Amino acid sequence: MATSTATIRAPTASEQAAILLRPPRSLWSNAWYKLRRDRLTMIAFGVLILFALLSAGADLFAQNVFHYTFEKQDLLNTYQKPTLDPPAFLLGSDEIGRSQVVRLLYGGRVSLAVGFVAALVNLTVGVTVGLTAGYLRGRVDDVFTWFVTTLNSIPTIFLLLIFAAIWEPGPVTLTVVIGLLFWTGISLFCRGQTFALREREFVVAAKTIGARDARIMFKHILPNILPLIFVLAAIDIGAIILTESALSYLGLGILPPTPSWGNLLTNATTYFVRAWWLVLSPGVMIFLTVLCLYLIGDGLRDALDPRLKAET
Amino acid sequence: MRNFILRRLVYAIPTLIGISIITFVIVRMSPGDPIRLFTFGQRDITGEDIARLRHAYGLDKPIPLQYVDWLIAMLQLNFGQSFIYHQDAFQLLLTRVPATLQLAVVALGIQLLIGVPLGVIAALKRGTWADGVIRVFGVVGHAVPAFWLGLVLIIVFAVQLRWLPSQGLLTVGKDVWDLPDRLRHILLPAFVLSLTGIANYSRILRTETLDVLSQDFVRTAHAKGLHERTVVFVHALRNALIPVVTALGGILAALVGGALVVEQVFSWPGVGQFTFQAAIAKDYPIVQAATMFVSVLLVVSYLLRDIAYAIVDPRIKAG
Repeated sequence: MATSTATIRAPTASEQAAILLRPPRSLWSNAWYKLRRDRLTMIAFGVLILFALLSAGADLFAQNVFHYTFEKQDLLNTYQKPTLDPPAFLLGSDEIGRSQVVRLLYGGRVSLAVGFVAALVNLTVGVTVGLTAGYLRGRVDDVFTWFVTTLNSIPTIFLLLIFAAIWEPGPVTLTVVIGLLFWTGISLFCRGQTFALREREFVVAAKTIGARDARIMFKHILPNILPLIFVLAAIDIGAIILTESALSYLGLGILPPTPSWGNLLTNATTYFVRAWWLVLSPGVMIFLTVLCLYLIGDGLRDALDPRLKAET
Repeated sequence: MRNFILRRLVYAIPTLIGISIITFVIVRMSPGDPIRLFTFGQRDITGEDIARLRHAYGLDKPIPLQYVDWLIAMLQLNFGQSFIYHQDAFQLLLTRVPATLQLAVVALGIQLLIGVPLGVIAALKRGTWADGVIRVFGVVGHAVPAFWLGLVLIIVFAVQLRWLPSQGLLTVGKDVWDLPDRLRHILLPAFVLSLTGIANYSRILRTETLDVLSQDFVRTAHAKGLHERTVVFVHALRNALIPVVTALGGILAALVGGALVVEQVFSWPGVGQFTFQAAIAKDYPIVQAATMFVSVLLVVSYLLRDIAYAIVDPRIKAG
C-alpha cells in the first residue's frame, strides 16, 4: 500500500480552502479511486475483459486470424505440437486435427456465459430470499433457515451430478439449476446484514413516514449491503465456473460438440499420453479466469469495505 | 453442555427430513423409466410383465405414498435392491466407504499439517517475501480446478517420470496390507483433494494469528518478559487454533464433494466413483443410498463441529 512520508502539520489557509472546495466523493467513486491504484486487481480486470472479448469475437478471430472453424478437421495434421505455422495450431491440434486455440475461444464463450448467467440467477434469488427472511423474521425466517441448512448438508456436486445424470438437461437448464444451487451463501449473508440494519434509525424513520416493506427492503436496506454483494458475486462466478468445468469434464455438463473448457479436457484425457498440450491449455484458461475473479473479489473487498482493510 | 447437545440434536431432525425429501424427489420425479430402461431390447417381454415389475418395485403407487414407504424402509437402512447388481444397495455402498474414508483422512491430515503451519508462518513473517508467497498460494489453491491438477500430476509423475501409479487403490496382485504400495497410490489423489483445504487453512490461520497477536494478553505476555517462542506457541497459538475447529465443517463438505471428482480422475474405487456410475446408469437405489449417506455424514460432522467448538470456546454455549 502507498504510504505518505510527509510529516503532519496543520494545513495552510489556501490548502484548507482547497480541501473544502473538493467535491464530496461517493462510496463508488471513492472505491474506483482506490481500485485504480490497486495494480493487481486492475491486471485481473484487464485479463478477464481480454478473455471475454476473445470469446465474444471467437467467430471473427477464427476466420481472420486462424483461418479455421471450430469443427474443421484435418486428418493429415493430427496431434500437431503447438506451432506458429500455421497459426491455427498455435496451441496444437487434437486427434482429428481440430485447432485447439479456436476451440478454446468458443469454449470460453460457453464457460464464461454459464458462469455469469448462473451467478445472475443466484444473486437474484439469494438477495431476494435473504432480504425477505432477514426483514420479516419469525416463521418466514425459520423456513428459510431450515431450507438453507438442508441444502447445505447435501454436497452441491452430488446434487448437480445426480440432476444432470438423471434429467440430462440442456445448457440453459443446467445454467439455471447451477444458479439455483449456489444462492445459499449470498442469502445467508444478506439475511445477517438485514437483521442488523432493520433496527437502525433510517429504517425506523422510513417506516414512520409509511414506506411499504418492499420499499424499505430494496430502497433502504439493499443499497447498504450492495457493495459486499459485488465481492461475493465475483467469488461466486469463479466457483460456478469451476463447478461447471468439473461437471463438463465428467461428461455431464455442457456436452460436445459444443466446446466448453471442461469438456475439452474430457477429450484430452483420452489422448494425454500422445498430446499433453491438449490437457494444459483448457486447464490454464479455467485457472486464470477463476484466479482473476478471486483477485477481483479480494480487490473489491479492500476498496469497498474500509473496515476489513485493517486485517490484511 | 448436555442441554446444548440435546438442542443441537433436535435441530438436526428437520434437516434430515428435508434431505430425505430432496433425495427422494430429485430421483423419483425424473423423466426416465427404469423399468423400460432395463427391459429395453428384450423382445419377449409383455406389457403385463412390465406392470408386474413396476408393482414389485412399488413404482405404481402415488408419489407421497412412495415417499412414506421409502422413508420407513430407509430408517431400517433398506434402500432396496440395486437395479444393476441385484444386491442390497446400502451393503454395496458400504463396501466402497473404506476407500473414500482413507482418501479423506489422508487429505485432511495433509491439509492440517501443511495449511496450519503455512498460515502461522505467514502471520509471524508478515510483510516478508514468505508471507507474500503464502498469500498468493492461498488464492491460487482455490482457483486451480482439482480434476485438472490431477491430470497434470498424472502426466508428470505417472506418465513422464514414472514415479507414482496413476490409478487405483493398490497394484493388482499385491497383498492388501502392502502399506508402501498403498501409500504410493494414495499420495497423488490425497494431495489433489487437500489443495483447497491447504489454501483455506493458510488463509484462516494467517488472519486469526495476526488478530490474536494484536490482543492485550499477548502484549502482557511480552511485557512479563516471556520468551518470544513461549508467547507465540503457548499463549497465542492456542487461541488462533480455534477456527481450525470451526472450519472443519465446511472442509469436510468440500472433501466429500471434491472426492467425487478426484476419485473419477484417479479411478479410486470409493463412494464418489460408485455414485457417479450409478447416476449415469440411473440406478436409483444406489444414488439415493449414497446421497443420504454423505448428507447424514455431513449433518453429523456439523453437529460434532458445533459441540467441539462449544468445548474449545466456552463463550459459544450462551448463544
